[in-house]
Amino acid sequence: MFKTIKNWFHLMGSPRSFDRIAGKIIPWLIAIFTLLTLTGLYLGLVVAPTDYQQGESYRIIYIHVPTAWMSMLIYVLMAIAATVGLIWRIKVADAIASASAPIGAAFTFIALVTGSLWGKPMWGTWWVWDARLTSELILLFLYFGYMALQAAIDEPRTAARASALLAIVGVVNIPIIHYSVEWWNTLHQGATVTKIDKPSIDISMLVPLLLMTFGFKFYYAGAVLARARGLLLEREQNTNWVKEIIAND
Amino acid sequence: MRRRQKRMVLALLVVMGVGAAATLGLRAFKENLLYFYSPSDIAAGKAPTTQSYRVGGLVGVGSLKRDEDSLKVSFDLTDGASSFAVQYTGILPDLFREGQGIVATGKMQNNHFVASEILAKHDENYMPPEVSDALKRAEGTTAMPHEFGGPPTATEAEEKTQ
Repeated sequence: MFKTIKNWFHLMGSPRSFDRIAGKIIPWLIAIFTLLTLTGLYLGLVVAPTDYQQGESYRIIYIHVPTAWMSMLIYVLMAIAATVGLIWRIKVADAIASASAPIGAAFTFIALVTGSLWGKPMWGTWWVWDARLTSELILLFLYFGYMALQAAIDEPRTAARASALLAIVGVVNIPIIHYSVEWWNTLHQGATVTKIDKPSIDISMLVPLLLMTFGFKFYYAGAVLARARGLLLEREQNTNWVKEIIAND
Repeated sequence: MRRRQKRMVLALLVVMGVGAAATLGLRAFKENLLYFYSPSDIAAGKAPTTQSYRVGGLVGVGSLKRDEDSLKVSFDLTDGASSFAVQYTGILPDLFREGQGIVATGKMQNNHFVASEILAKHDENYMPPEVSDALKRAEGTTAMPHEFGGPPTATEAEEKTQ
């Protein structure tokens, strides 16, 4: 078992086999994403009942909550990939980390914008500087900082090393975002689904939310593999395997 | 030590160092990170007296009075333990109603809290109206949420002990 996993890591660690395997599974990931998200949107926007307190406005959770979760999950995955790249010097891991940053930044941005659109009618304000909103904004700046640092250094290996340290330092923000609503008085309400006892959301509203959540995970998987593949082809352009691919096209 | 192990130790030290620094920093600024004070905090004199601040609580049931020919409203803000009168002139958010959690920004003037902004807080529960009605019938009354100073519910008390 351990040997199989180890072999698989060695296989995926080689840019050439990564390129081949990623090319095969990306269409499947995107197909599953489309299926889950369309079902989730239909159930969430059409079938799910209205909320006892917020009426129809609550339906924005079907975008807001999954994107906010993705914004944190992608950061953690990016930091893990960057750390693996830093310690074991694996090019594929570096590429996955770089490829994650813009996707994570996009999810963070969507979470902030949808939250703002929801805040105006419900809370009465577009934005407040409470702990939850502020720490999520810091997450967006961490993604921007990571991307800017990589763009500022020409040599890819130096860029990967420097930005990996920034990614690791930024991980401290993730538990702060998650627990901000418990540690401090915030305008943002507490956790609904990710708490110890059963979720405080009706099952008919929870199912579409979970479908959207899984759908977005498949989107990330497809998008990050596609982006990492592109980055590796560019960085390895002078190697034989890339030249072979170009010659065969 | 091999170079790879050195890098592993470096990554570990960075995580631990930053984690420790963040914990200390957040503890030091705990008070400043509070978005609002509770009515009990104000009764205990914890809120500033010179500048404006935010206070969060529930709108007292049966206390809301609207002025006939202006946008002026007055109501009691309570956390179960203490309460005081709030005055506000302006448009209230959709979720504002008696029994609702709100956050008001303003200052104490002659035993009245004069608010310049009122924001509604909503809870983390999502359910269809029929379920909410059934729950209310079963419970009889709505309990004061713990975050506004009410007694912790059974599940909240359980979480605290874990």
